[in-house]
Amino acid sequence: MFYELVSQLSDSTLYQSLPAFGVELVLCATIVIMLLCRIFSLTEKIDASYIAFIGVIVALIVLSPMKPWDVSEALDGIEIASPVRVPLGDLPSVEIFTGMLVYDGFAVMIKTILLVFLILFFAFVKITKITRTEENTDFFTLVLGATLGMCIMASANHMLTIFMGIEMASVPSYVMVAFMRGKKKSSEAALKYAIFGAGAAGVMLYGISLLSGMLNSAHIPTMAANLADIMSNSPDSSQLFVLGLGAMMLMVGLAFKLSAVPFHFWCPDVFEGATAEVNAFLSIASKAAALALLVRVAIGFSVLPTPTETPVAVAESPAVIEAPADEAELDANRFFLVSDEQTADDIADANVEVEAHGEEAVANSEELADPLSQVRYFMAMLIGFIAIITCTFGNLAAYAQTNIKRLLAYSTIAHAGYMMMAVPAAIALSAESPELAQAAVGGLAIYIAIYVFMNLGAFAVVAFVRDTSGSEEISDYAGMIGRSKIIAVCFTLILVSLVGLPPLAGFIGKFAIFASLAQGYSVTGQLYLLVLLIVGGLNSAISLYYYLRIVKVMTIDPEADDTAPMQRPLGMLQNSYLLLMTVPVALLIVDWEFLNVWVTGALAHLLVP
Amino acid sequence: MSSVVATYILSALIFLPALGALIVSLLPKDNKDLIRFTTLIVTILVLLPTLLIAIPNGPISFDIAEPGMQHVVNNSWIPTFDINYFLGLDGISFPLVLLTAVISVFAMGASWSIDKYVKGYCILFLILLAGMMGVFMSLDFFLFYIFWEVMLLPMYFLIGVWGGPRKEYAALKFFLFTLFGSVLMLIAILMLYFNSDLRQLSPEQLVTANVKLYDLDAEINNTVANLVHEDGTSFDDEEYLAVATLYHTQLNDSVHPTHTFNILALQQMGQLPTQYDEKGNELLFDKEILFGKTIQWWAFVLLFIGFAIKVPAVPFHTWLPDAHVEAPTPISMILAGVLLKMGGYGIIRICYPICPDAGYDLAWGVCLIGVVSMVYGAFAALAQTDFKRMVAYSSVSHMGYVVLGLGVWSATPGALYDSTSWSMGVKGAMFQMIGHGISSAGMFFMVGIIYDRVHHRNLNEFGGLMSKMPLYTTFAMILFFAGLGLPGLCGFIGEAFVVLSIWKFSMVFAVIAAFVVILTAGYILWAIQRVYLGAEYKGPNEDEIVEIKPREISIALPLCIMAIVLGVFPSLIFRYMDATIDNQVQSLSTWTDEVKTPRLQALDDENKAKELIEAFEKLGQENVEANKQVLFVQPNEIEQEAEEQALVKIEDKLQVSLPSD
Repeated sequence: MFYELVSQLSDSTLYQSLPAFGVELVLCATIVIMLLCRIFSLTEKIDASYIAFIGVIVALIVLSPMKPWDVSEALDGIEIASPVRVPLGDLPSVEIFTGMLVYDGFAVMIKTILLVFLILFFAFVKITKITRTEENTDFFTLVLGATLGMCIMASANHMLTIFMGIEMASVPSYVMVAFMRGKKKSSEAALKYAIFGAGAAGVMLYGISLLSGMLNSAHIPTMAANLADIMSNSPDSSQLFVLGLGAMMLMVGLAFKLSAVPFHFWCPDVFEGATAEVNAFLSIASKAAALALLVRVAIGFSVLPTPTETPVAVAESPAVIEAPADEAELDANRFFLVSDEQTADDIADANVEVEAHGEEAVANSEELADPLSQVRYFMAMLIGFIAIITCTFGNLAAYAQTNIKRLLAYSTIAHAGYMMMAVPAAIALSAESPELAQAAVGGLAIYIAIYVFMNLGAFAVVAFVRDTSGSEEISDYAGMIGRSKIIAVCFTLILVSLVGLPPLAGFIGKFAIFASLAQGYSVTGQLYLLVLLIVGGLNSAISLYYYLRIVKVMTIDPEADDTAPMQRPLGMLQNSYLLLMTVPVALLIVDWEFLNVWVTGALAHLLVP
Repeated sequence: MSSVVATYILSALIFLPALGALIVSLLPKDNKDLIRFTTLIVTILVLLPTLLIAIPNGPISFDIAEPGMQHVVNNSWIPTFDINYFLGLDGISFPLVLLTAVISVFAMGASWSIDKYVKGYCILFLILLAGMMGVFMSLDFFLFYIFWEVMLLPMYFLIGVWGGPRKEYAALKFFLFTLFGSVLMLIAILMLYFNSDLRQLSPEQLVTANVKLYDLDAEINNTVANLVHEDGTSFDDEEYLAVATLYHTQLNDSVHPTHTFNILALQQMGQLPTQYDEKGNELLFDKEILFGKTIQWWAFVLLFIGFAIKVPAVPFHTWLPDAHVEAPTPISMILAGVLLKMGGYGIIRICYPICPDAGYDLAWGVCLIGVVSMVYGAFAALAQTDFKRMVAYSSVSHMGYVVLGLGVWSATPGALYDSTSWSMGVKGAMFQMIGHGISSAGMFFMVGIIYDRVHHRNLNEFGGLMSKMPLYTTFAMILFFAGLGLPGLCGFIGEAFVVLSIWKFSMVFAVIAAFVVILTAGYILWAIQRVYLGAEYKGPNEDEIVEIKPREISIALPLCIMAIVLGVFPSLIFRYMDATIDNQVQSLSTWTDEVKTPRLQALDDENKAKELIEAFEKLGQENVEANKQVLFVQPNEIEQEAEEQALVKIEDKLQVSLPSD
């Protein structure tokens, strides 16, 4: 018995989990190589940034975003099949490491975005003057370490991996913020960040233990099944209270990573203290991973992956729960979703039937079909509320800023709010129509992908201006059009894109999110989605003012006497880097169908098995 | 050959300026004249094809007998959201495209006075032109929105960089107002999109709306979907209809709705009788959402606010005087001549045809906004001492006529509507847009000429210009009289049509509208008196007053000629719009007859029945239930007789019951 268990475990780990864990392994190996290189005098001189760069490229090849490895068949019966490559749209969802992580198109997509971002980010760091070559090893180790944590966040399927992922991503970030050792402000920022992060992590861990205790598991699908059990057996108020408390505490940890209001206080200070490069990393990679995690948790608790009548899964320890390669489970799974989908599609038919069956049938079918409907409503309201507050607060607080990094910090807060808006739409739609819910998550993914270029471009400008003029004050951008046309034009386009104004790419992201909200509202009729849509729209108009203020300073205001001068013009590399960021932002409108197709493929099996 | 030209001509109108902007960006920035002439040539190159379309009997001429879309381009763009690159011209858009092309050439001609950052100015000017062309020609709602927004950023810079002393404030105000309106518009667009459903349209309607048939199954291959034979010839009407029929059946096999951004298809859907799903819920835009109002009601309100900001109608007008006063002369010409027309165009193209029900219900509101704009704008213009601000307020007043004329469209008290008035109002509004485009651009140019010389615009510090600049004064008189609405000049026709058309709807509005003409005469004559007449010039910089220069004449003279010619031969413009507007009015009258009137009747019946039942219930009759059965049949089934019978029954009961009480 014990031997069987061990051999089963080792087989599944060796042939299924590890191949699906390739990106993380490559990142680990890269870190180790970078550190080892330092030991030997022969390799000491190698610039760590190149090793990191190669490591990320290898990771991307291992991931192969267009045709990822399918490991679901690896343990089919006794024979061990080697993993095959399948088109992204056909990649099934597989739980690896006995359910700790999940490997699916969504994870592949988020990791792709992270890795592509890393490549652009390395190029960015390479051409700014912030790190000396000797320090590169430290810096890149931290970056890759944090990315490792983010990859785990993106594929987390278990409360422990959620916590571990968040911590693995956070701890290197604290150090990165303090990387400018000489600067007082940056040490202060790092300390604030660390304390805030530790507090949030503690609260989140408490929430996790409450939830796990109530739901007898830490494996999200199992928890969802047990939650459905509790919800269908008319829970008493104390149970609901503990569950709600646990969920909110879990949300604290996520909100901290998202820099969502009211857990955003670290963000402006940290951004002001840290370098623009680190800010770019925090505002893009960290946020993308946190949003992916939010989607994982929200979707995980919105739909039932397994039918409620499988107490076996509960009785056994989560460590031996098999991946849903189990035929029966899959079938049941399919059955559930299909029936759900049908109710959405043929509401009319169903209702005619329901009417025929009388009122008892109504009560019955509602209870049976939707034990999680209250859960969904609670989550959607919670996330939607936080999204509204975050977005509005971020935009309003940005008005008063004079430091460009602080302003961009508030801008990232506001953008976190916009991005979070897609999640309530996905939650609400998940019951009615899984495909549309997937499309809503797809909208979020498109936003993130575009956000990579917008924010990287914005922080690149900040870094380049700092390198040449030594200033990070908005007033020192005055008359930029006369000093560096490229900066003025590119930054203008990027800022207007951040407002979300067509024809720039920011609009495509906003449109995708707003469309999922409108879609959600017209399908489910949930009023809060309409409220989110209106708030999101009005916020775009509000945000115009402060973005345009920078544009105005750069183009309309004349250079004043006390404007910090630019010591030298931007180099060739810097100029091309800015163009590299701006051209996609300006021209994506010509055709972004490929993004839609890729995202739709990646998310094809997020909810629909 | 001609079909190939016809296919690309509309795209060329949009992308030629964009290409021009690219070329200008490559020119050396010190050679200002080269940049200016290149830009001018690009605007002329844009004007030429539009003139070619305008001239009858050419290969690509506008067919004035055809009410539908011409020179249609429809390519798939973003299939996920069913977004198409869909352009076309009809009698509503073509006159405005023509106006845009003409005004752009003159505005560029007036841009020689711009001497700062000429290169940047010309690039932004050309991008603005591309955006304006795109707005008037796009028939895909998404594309329309993109072009609508494309104009904002160039306009912001054109006012903000090249404007007057308070340019930053004015530019930001313009940007914020318009962006606020367009956000509302975006919400409305999304609501309409996600409630649209191509399954509700018949194959004929699919053909009329030029719906892109790309969503087909494998059995219809790509060539069929693109409506060309394998040898490259395009389908004739019957084959098109056959494909559309096939598409229609395939659509109906699907359980999911097929959404669309196609404005023509949305118009068709908006004018369908109420559709119900199996459960008896309203479909499409008749769904109730908030506060008991339907989707189309909300969409109408949101869209109307968005367009009214652009028009601008009171109370959304405050950005306009600021923007005009600060903007440089050529940008004021573009702003007044073209940009304001987009609001009117949006109302006529989108608001009414897509949301006719809401338009009908809100007729009073729309007309009221129009009248208030007219009166308020006229009074405000009277009060101004800044010459340019006065002209700006006159724009508010004149654009009020446009809103009023379009509002008449739906203004039909009871069932006594009169499609002749409708048609007259809409044509008047359209003509007013063209006429105002010419006269206001001319007036701003005239103000610009004198401002260039004396560097102030204070109405009280002019005088006697007639003797110093006789030629200039002649041009100015013609253009200002055109703005005044003097018969024989272009301003008269539109105003007269609008005032006449409103008469049947509301005499009060008609009287007020006619009264505004007097106010207009008041502020324009007073301004002429203060600026051009009088014995001597009272302001500063007297020695710089010189007669109008040849370059300025080359702009002023054509504008004056157009003002006169359009006033004498209004049919030059009417000929393009007649067929389309008659057709649109006709289809909306039919809709009123067949859909709205029964709907109102049903509502009326329902209310009456409710009242009866209430009266009945008050008496505490025992067999209320039985009578409810009689009264609460489907509302449209109630006919006069049945109702009378119900009344008789109730009266009988009452008589029986009263003694017992």
